[in-house]
Amino acid sequence: MFNYTFHWNQALKALPQLLDGALVTLQIALLSMVIGLAVAMALTLFRLSGNRILSGFTTAWVEIARNTPALFQIYMAHFGLGSFGIHLSPYTALLVGIAFNNAGYLAENFRGALKAIPETQARAGRSLGMTPLMAFRYIVMPQMLRIAFLPATNQAVWAILMTSLGVTVGMNTDLAGVTQALNAVSFRTFEFFALAAVIYYLIAKAVTLAARLAATRMFRY
Amino acid sequence: MIEIENVRKSFGSLEVLKGINLTVQKGEVLTIIGGSGSGKSTLLTCINGLETIDAGRIVVDGTDVHAKATDLNKLRRKLGIVFQQFNAFPHLTVLENVMLAPRKVLGQSKAEAEAMAVKQLTHVGLGDKLKVYPNRMSGGQQQRMAIARALAMSPAYMLFDEVTSALDPQLVGEVLDTLRMLASEGMTMICVTHEMKFAREVSDRVAFFHKGVMAEIAPPETLFGAPKDPELQNFLAATH
Repeated sequence: MFNYTFHWNQALKALPQLLDGALVTLQIALLSMVIGLAVAMALTLFRLSGNRILSGFTTAWVEIARNTPALFQIYMAHFGLGSFGIHLSPYTALLVGIAFNNAGYLAENFRGALKAIPETQARAGRSLGMTPLMAFRYIVMPQMLRIAFLPATNQAVWAILMTSLGVTVGMNTDLAGVTQALNAVSFRTFEFFALAAVIYYLIAKAVTLAARLAATRMFRY
Repeated sequence: MIEIENVRKSFGSLEVLKGINLTVQKGEVLTIIGGSGSGKSTLLTCINGLETIDAGRIVVDGTDVHAKATDLNKLRRKLGIVFQQFNAFPHLTVLENVMLAPRKVLGQSKAEAEAMAVKQLTHVGLGDKLKVYPNRMSGGQQQRMAIARALAMSPAYMLFDEVTSALDPQLVGEVLDTLRMLASEGMTMICVTHEMKFAREVSDRVAFFHKGVMAEIAPPETLFGAPKDPELQNFLAATH
């Protein structure tokens, strides 16, 4: 029956280590979002270019990123590329894997957002003498980013949670890695993972709230 | 001068312009009337190159609009166009809406573009709305902003494509007043419109389009007073 005795001491004592790990987690998540957003923007421009090869590249990226497990994507970045002689550290492999996933989902967010912007907007820009790129840059893109902003914060939360998959490629400095290592020597599995889960929860919530706050400041219309 | 020579245009199997010939002189106000589907709006979007044409040519101040070598982006600075939908840029304030193209397309300094924008917005009666976002304004105000936005590029010609058709009836007047003002200032204008009273008052000439053909063109007193074309007679009887 249920006769487990909780021992929180070890876990609580390890809190500073866990928080150090949390910083690494946050760092990877933020970097992966920055890279993911930049790549998603490039993928979106590829799609809009009208060039078949470029838009095909975008389609392939989005399809793979959204329809295969994130775990495999990270495996591919570490072990898969390793087969070709490209050896990425666990940190880099994790970052690359998550950024790949982010870019796919964010490109799809952008596509949905673009659908919500009437074509007449770009047309109005063109009729004022703007090039297609200018009309995109100054008229369509700002509106697209606004519409895609809140869905993108979902992806940011997902990126934070995905970092925990790093333990499978030997990542041991992020929150999941640190927790795993401490659990291996203490066997206080429930306590350590419960505490780590609380930290993940708080990071995710903080990011969501910060994004909402930023949104009300940035988008005044 | 805008010269339109034997212009043909089809959408699929539907020919919407069946050989249009028309010349608009500098300083002239031409209005185009006609039923929906008569090709009048299509002609406007062909003039500034937003639409291609299948045959004939359109020449603006000596530049063939649809020639391969023509820099359309440059040509469009000469041709202001205002659409039925206001197309306000929702993420920019009224002032920013008007300043955007002069800044980015003409490369004007911020001060220069702002001075021009304030001047044009004041001209159309929106001097007190500079910092407002378009969604806080009525349709009539948004349409006047669109007119100011086009004027800020200092165009030689203004094309108006049914600019009052999407407005509530009580807002039509303020936009028509703005057009009247521009006409009285000597702006060269082509207005596609359903407002017969307006057409009669401001036009130097009125053209009647029917099924892709310019069926009649004449000064307003002749066109409205003694219409010759039977389709025009029907059209006028139906709209009066």
